[in-house]
Amino acid sequence: MRLFGIIFVIAAVAISSAAVADDFGDPAAGEQVYRQCKSCHQVGDGAKHRIGPHLNGIFGRQAASHDGFRYSKALSRAGTSGLEWHADTLDAFLENPKAIASGTRMSFPGLKKPKDRLDLIAYLRAFSDNPANIPEADPTASPTDHDIDPAILALKGDPEYGEYLSSECTTCHQTSGGDDGIPSIVLWPEEDFVLAMHAYKNKKRSHPVMQMMAGRLNAEEIAALAAYFAGLEE
Amino acid sequence: MTLNRRQFIGTSAAMATVLSAPMVKAQGKPRVVVVGGGAGGATAARYLAKDSKGGIDVTLVEPTRKYYTCFFSNLYLGGFKEIEDIGHTYGGLAAGGVNVVHDWAVGVDRAAKTVSLAGGVSVPYDKLILSPGIDFVDGAVDGWGLSAQNAMPHAYKAGSQSELLKAQLQAMPEGGVFAMVAPPNPYRCPPGPYERVSMVAHFLKQNNPTAKIIVADPKPKFSKMSLFQEGWANHYEGMVDWIGEDFGGGNVSVDPAAMTVTIDGEETKVDVCNVIPAMKAGRIAELAGVTDGNWAPVNAADMSTKADADVYVLGDAASQGDMPKSGYSANSQAKVCANAVRGALTGSKVFPAKFANTCWSLIASNDGVKVGATYEATPEKIAKVDGFISQTGESADLRKATYEESEGWYTGITTDMLG
Ligand SMILES: Cc1cc2nc3c(=O)[nH]c(=O)nc-3n(C[C@H](O)[C@H](O)[C@H](O)COP(=O)(O)OP(=O)(O)OC[C@H]3O[C@@H](n4cnc5c(N)ncnc54)[C@H](O)[C@@H]3O)c2cc1C
Repeated sequence: MRLFGIIFVIAAVAISSAAVADDFGDPAAGEQVYRQCKSCHQVGDGAKHRIGPHLNGIFGRQAASHDGFRYSKALSRAGTSGLEWHADTLDAFLENPKAIASGTRMSFPGLKKPKDRLDLIAYLRAFSDNPANIPEADPTASPTDHDIDPAILALKGDPEYGEYLSSECTTCHQTSGGDDGIPSIVLWPEEDFVLAMHAYKNKKRSHPVMQMMAGRLNAEEIAALAAYFAGLEE
Repeated sequence: MTLNRRQFIGTSAAMATVLSAPMVKAQGKPRVVVVGGGAGGATAARYLAKDSKGGIDVTLVEPTRKYYTCFFSNLYLGGFKEIEDIGHTYGGLAAGGVNVVHDWAVGVDRAAKTVSLAGGVSVPYDKLILSPGIDFVDGAVDGWGLSAQNAMPHAYKAGSQSELLKAQLQAMPEGGVFAMVAPPNPYRCPPGPYERVSMVAHFLKQNNPTAKIIVADPKPKFSKMSLFQEGWANHYEGMVDWIGEDFGGGNVSVDPAAMTVTIDGEETKVDVCNVIPAMKAGRIAELAGVTDGNWAPVNAADMSTKADADVYVLGDAASQGDMPKSGYSANSQAKVCANAVRGALTGSKVFPAKFANTCWSLIASNDGVKVGATYEATPEKIAKVDGFISQTGESADLRKATYEESEGWYTGITTDMLG
């Protein structure tokens, strides 16, 4: 029964994140939310890169694509493998940056309230080139809640099963932690691992090999892998 | 007498003294013999030794002291790798508790459950895993035989054949002709011949830009065809002439003495001729009596042969269903097999079979593409579940990232195989 519930939740998440926006945020309220971003990001006339890149023209832009900014490897990889900033991807990223790019240097826990994200996205939308109100322009809204069901996060994985499953990972990912060309996956906090794998499974993360590998793992298998990798000694 | 690593790692002369008894005596632990230390065999041996924590006596029989990976051997031809970059020794396996025996397996007695080695000894097993790779079908290309492999190399087993082909490529006269005879399905590494064409073209473009490449192919189409053709047009315009089945590419004969290739009745004098003949399972599979036709049929759940539940076949030699014959596939199958064999011998938990494959190919500097799929075991075969392939017209950044990924994969898989 529990398993059934989990599967249902996953299906629901996948569907809602693909849904088209029909609700618009409030840019004025978004400006208030934006205060949390200000210590690192600038937006508007004369905005420059600071601790984080400036946010002008972010809609439609490939992630990690400003020449003059040094991004984390994780976000650069997400960008080259297809992550573009639109309302839906921004929404997922703002909810929990690490679920989308685990090694991102954006050390921000995320905006948990869908309304805050919606408003913030509406505010940022005003600093992108195309007016928000023409139909073919990027929609501003995507009021969904992508959070993984706490029941999934609470699953305790079987490390022995995880060890067996991990042999699929180690064809490419090195257990030594080496990360040339392919990122390291050892010693991650279990929750980050689970979030990342579900983000691939739900196709919120963009790498095709990982979408395929995660796509056929169920929630218990992902938990098993997380338990195994978290316990690996270097 | 036990099969001790120290004794076996020595020369075959030393081995002969150690093993003066014709038969190695059985002892308490269950014994697994693995024949072939390549992508499938090395992985299986390593996982069995590692996961059984010494509970299984694992012997690996492999004649060569250094395994040259076929994967990335095309990159060596293209000048992206040195030969030593793709050579790997067995020290890591030995350190991991595998008895590595450098010898040929020359026969299998399935009734007595022993493998006989060229050195004269026979090694008993409870479970036997064969991963011998491929051999070539006799008479597959008119005019070519193994005795012609120095004049017209196949370079489809890496090492000295790769070096020979590279030397011939370097010695080509200005504006010369490089011919390839491509193999019919099924064969090891479906994109392999076409990645090779790309790497040869890359080398020639830099060193001999007026040279030409002709490919005679018995197939009407091939793996990642649109990606390769797009790449050849972008990077090597006018250099590659691919003659498929429709244009008589399957009607080929060669004359290694005269260095000519005749395609559909038209004879051409060539400077280098890379003949990649039709393939079959490595001969030991046939000698063990587990083949049916050219390949060894296996059960998808554990890679055991249809012929004998105690004999398993991995990698290229197996006929298993939908997986392509690749190093990635062999490595994936080996892990499923090791889990099942360990379960059968020690009672450890056996988890359901999951298989995967991804093949990266390099078309030019920083222009990498990939194709991959996941698979599951059904009662009939290993069946494809889901897959993806790179697209034409992808950005240069993505292609570069894909190439970098393949470098990461190479380090990952060779470590996963050999420790
Ligand atoms: C040009 C080229 C490029 C390739 N590129 C890729 C790639 O990019 N990615 C990929 O995944 N795959 C690639 N492959 C395919 C890959 O190399 C093979 O599919 C893989 O090596 C198969 O593994 P195996 O264990 O079946 O055989 P092998 O790796 O060939 O190992 C067989 C071993 O068995 C030994 N052996 C044979 N007979 C005996 C005997 N009687 N006794 C003892 N030992 C024996 C041999 O010495 C050998 O070491 C490529 C192949 C080629 C030719």
